Amino acid sequence: MLSDYIPIAIFVVVATGFAVFTLVFASLLHSEKYNKVKLEPYECGIEPITDARDRYSIRYYLVAMLFVIFDVETVFMFPWAVIFDKLLLFGLIEMVVFIFILVVGYYYAWQKGALEWA
Amino acid sequence: MPAGVSLRDFYYLLPELVLTGGALLVLIADVLLPRRSGHALAWITLLVLAATLASLGTFSGTHEVAHGLIAVDEFALFFKVVFLVSAAVTVLMSVRYLEIEGASPGEYYFLILCATLGMMILAGGIDLITIFIGLETMAVSFYILVGFIKPNQKSNEAAVKYFLLGAFSLGILLYGMSLLYGLSGTTNLRVMAPVFFGPETRHDPRLILAVMLVVAGVGFKIAAVPFHMWAPDVYEGAPTPVTAFLSVGSKAASFAMILRIFLEGLPAMVHDWQILFEALAIVTMTVGNLAALTQTNLKRMLAYSSIAHAGYILIGLVAGTPRGVSAMLIYLFIYTFMQLGAFTVIVLMRRRDVVGDELKDFSGLHFRHPYAAFAMLLFMLSLGGIPPTAGFMGKFWLFSAAIDAHYYWLAVIGVLNSAVSLYYYIRLVVFMYLKKDATGSEPSTTPALTVALAIAVVATIYIGIYPRVLFEIAEASARTLGVVGITAALP
Repeated sequence: MLSDYIPIAIFVVVATGFAVFTLVFASLLHSEKYNKVKLEPYECGIEPITDARDRYSIRYYLVAMLFVIFDVETVFMFPWAVIFDKLLLFGLIEMVVFIFILVVGYYYAWQKGALEWA
Repeated sequence: MPAGVSLRDFYYLLPELVLTGGALLVLIADVLLPRRSGHALAWITLLVLAATLASLGTFSGTHEVAHGLIAVDEFALFFKVVFLVSAAVTVLMSVRYLEIEGASPGEYYFLILCATLGMMILAGGIDLITIFIGLETMAVSFYILVGFIKPNQKSNEAAVKYFLLGAFSLGILLYGMSLLYGLSGTTNLRVMAPVFFGPETRHDPRLILAVMLVVAGVGFKIAAVPFHMWAPDVYEGAPTPVTAFLSVGSKAASFAMILRIFLEGLPAMVHDWQILFEALAIVTMTVGNLAALTQTNLKRMLAYSSIAHAGYILIGLVAGTPRGVSAMLIYLFIYTFMQLGAFTVIVLMRRRDVVGDELKDFSGLHFRHPYAAFAMLLFMLSLGGIPPTAGFMGKFWLFSAAIDAHYYWLAVIGVLNSAVSLYYYIRLVVFMYLKKDATGSEPSTTPALTVALAIAVVATIYIGIYPRVLFEIAEASARTLGVVGITAALP
């Protein structure tokens, strides 16, 4: 029983060991030279122009929420499609009801202007 | 159609289906109707609630729907009527309030209907999964409703507090439920009950832990001390009609859930949860009343008073007899009307420039608007438990149920607490009738608010004088719950 967990224990030890080893070994080897470029968030990418703690458009959240709704819809549809041959007409009606409710929500969000950016 | 599910099941779910369809209708009407048609939306919402109420009467008897996920019985019916009536009164209270606050009515009424739907599922749920879904539908709607007045910082703060604490308590409740499932192998309360009567599971420490966790989780929902910290801030910050609905509907639904879980699912553990609820009842009554004494904001005072009332209602659960359960139902019904009425008077005081929920706003109200003052007097007396109002009948029945079950000192503590509570209820009456200064604000009525007030006043007086019909219905409803099982388990 308990011996079944030995592979998991080994895995945990190896995973932790690898991370600790990498960090410790790197800190022993590297040279400590900090300058302005080095401390930037994206060391070899886009130059930051303003502070990161800034106000940004609420619409990002709206889009994110709309995305989640339709993402979840798909999550429900995949298992439904797999066992559709067992559910038959009843399953079809249930899915139509489900999608109808989502479409009502979508229509509402659309009419309320959630999809307009400007 | 999958095995075991028939069209009959959908027939028994007709009220819930009507309400769901109605909620969608409100949402669509909001975008199709021209802007500023809050009155039309309120009418549609009231019609949906009326249609749902009517559809409750299309069948009778006791049924289990969809493999025992939902029970359709008189107990659920009793609570569904309470939810629908309180939702309707809340809508009546909200029309002008929303206009003053400038909030969009479509979403508001939609969320009220969604919360009602969650409550109805909760009242019928005899499976942990159904109970959880009902609870979430209700709670998520309330999280949004509490923060509905977006420019108001207090409203935002209340919503965040309620959401964070609510999510946390839900986690505790779920942990308890998962232990119950793990120990019994089923989520159905009625299948679970006999499993726990077995000699080896009964004294399992994990089962006791599960019971404690579930008690803590549901204790939050009814705002029992020491899980009550959220209530005053949320009640004060939320829009007043939402506060009313939260303190009435959410509380009644949570008590329905408690009765289902503990009487139907855990009668074997009666000695364990009885002592927990006994302690909760005593602490809740006492702390609620003592904290209410010093409040000068009426919504805050009513929040503490509603905490105290949850304590009184718990007495019926501790008694654990059919009489105790029917007393709980009676008290919840009465409490609904007196609490809604008190909040309606507070909404009356709301004007464009005055919030009107401070004690001083009510000073000398009798001389400016005698009817509103009289209604408030009636609700205060009823909340305090003075005859001939309904509140007296409810308290009388609760305490007599406790005495019946030989919990004498619990009844004594309840009576002492009612005496303490009279101080702060009467203090408001003193402000309204004996202070003659003109610092208070002027109430303004609309037909909708008058109707809401009239419903509450008539119910409070009618039940106080002629309680028999309600008592008989409540007793019949309590009988459909598995109370027989618990009385067999009692010594």
